[in-house]
Amino acid sequence: MRYMMLIYSHETEARSPEEHAAIFAGHRAVMDATARQGIFRAADPLQPTATATTVRKQNNDLLITDGPYAETKEQLAGYYILDCKDLDEAIAWAARIPTGCQGGAGGIEIRPLREISRTMSLA
Amino acid sequence: MSTPLACIESVFRNEYGRIIAGLIRTSRSFELAEEALQDAFTIAARRWPIDGIPDNPAAWITTAARRRLIDAIRREQTRRYNEDEVARLLYETPACTSDEPMSSSQDDEDDRLRLIFTCCHPALNQSAQIALTLRTLGGLTTPEIAHAFLIPETTLAQRLVRAQRKILEARIPYEVPSRDQLPERLSAVQSVLYLIFNEGYAAMQGDSLIRRELCTEAIRLARTLNELLPDNPESMALLALMLLHDSRRDVRSTREIDCNQEDLITLEEQDRTLWHHDQIAEGIGLVERALGRRSLGPYQLQAAIAALHAEATTAAETDWIQIAALYSLLEDIQPTPIVALNHAVAIAMSGPSDSFQSLERGLFIIDDLARKPELSAYYLTHAARADLLRRMSRRDEATEAYNSALALTRNAIERRYLERRLRELRS
Repeated sequence: MRYMMLIYSHETEARSPEEHAAIFAGHRAVMDATARQGIFRAADPLQPTATATTVRKQNNDLLITDGPYAETKEQLAGYYILDCKDLDEAIAWAARIPTGCQGGAGGIEIRPLREISRTMSLA
Repeated sequence: MSTPLACIESVFRNEYGRIIAGLIRTSRSFELAEEALQDAFTIAARRWPIDGIPDNPAAWITTAARRRLIDAIRREQTRRYNEDEVARLLYETPACTSDEPMSSSQDDEDDRLRLIFTCCHPALNQSAQIALTLRTLGGLTTPEIAHAFLIPETTLAQRLVRAQRKILEARIPYEVPSRDQLPERLSAVQSVLYLIFNEGYAAMQGDSLIRRELCTEAIRLARTLNELLPDNPESMALLALMLLHDSRRDVRSTREIDCNQEDLITLEEQDRTLWHHDQIAEGIGLVERALGRRSLGPYQLQAAIAALHAEATTAAETDWIQIAALYSLLEDIQPTPIVALNHAVAIAMSGPSDSFQSLERGLFIIDDLARKPELSAYYLTHAARADLLRRMSRRDEATEAYNSALALTRNAIERRYLERRLRELRS
């Protein structure tokens, strides 16, 4: 089953080049290991929420606002999609993904992807 | 000779967890498995009064449920199962003879163990873990669980559905955790069982029959855990702890007939001859075996403390010095305010009866603890202080402390206990 791992982090925290390198190496390690096992599907970092634009439809008007969908203490900073056997395997990989706050804050939300083909066959 | 209905009731209470575990392994769906088993019980209720009770009622129910399950899977096969799967299930399922012999095989045991870990998976919140464990592995119905936890039945039903859906949709594994995860996951199972027990034992409100049922169920599940994963000192100690507490069930409170009122009887005041001594013996045996494994943990320490209380023929003979030493160890691994409070009380009680020296030391520690916000608003802190002051005949201070405790609890049984102490101080 494919799981999406949403990485939440404090994007405001300034990081030293060393910390930056450590985080990068952490991601590299997870990507390499999951690729070797053939379960890596995708992963990308996101630009900070300062670049975010939210689009909503109100009645028939398009409402475009500056900023993320929801203001939260931690921000969505990136994602992985991994094809895991079950939630325990997904949890084990999530535990290895750096959150960019040295474990002091942030976390990984794991969400199973809905398999569209199955959903459609139900209809 | 029991009636068909009593027989169905007994299969439900005693075999539900074992049967459902196998059905869930087959279908991977709690929903389908539960429906099938429910149907099987309904069919039994219709047929047994006419056909007579089969030789092996549990096997009859199991076979009937499996047939229903396979029908249901067939109907849903386009959704979740392919032809191969259905073929495999049909092949695996024995022909339905109503009374084939049925033993608790290794497969059954493995199924139940897997199911315990699924129900207590940390990806489910704890209230869902508790409800799911009781509903699936224990022989309790949804209304009974709702009643025991004083929550509306619909709320509980929704909680169960949500949890079962998450197990399926997020693919929470149906597996005994790997060796490196086992200690952590086992401790989640242990705390669910202990919470179930405590809900039944400590709540002191709500329907006493249902509360009793929770204790029985928790003990039964702890026994099962010990059978399935033997030789774990903490699981052994957990069972011992429950047995030792539960041995005092008949004398912990009094139900006054005139107003159906339940009053607390403290450990010190209980008639110890009415404790269940067979349970105490079993509990103590388990504690000793667990401690012999030389891998200390919080349940072992708590069970050892309970064993020391149980071993004392009179309250005065209680070995408070050892109890204080055990609390000191417990405080090291579980530094919670409640443990600290209990430790202080044990220290206070550990001196000779003709001297106030220990009482004063205990009081000094509690006064210090009472400055912490978690404990200053907790009625037991003040009740414990009051109790020590009472023992030192410091009546005015004791009265004041009992009143502080009284202001902090709404529980009727606790309030009546404190009021009784206040009356005793006045006379």
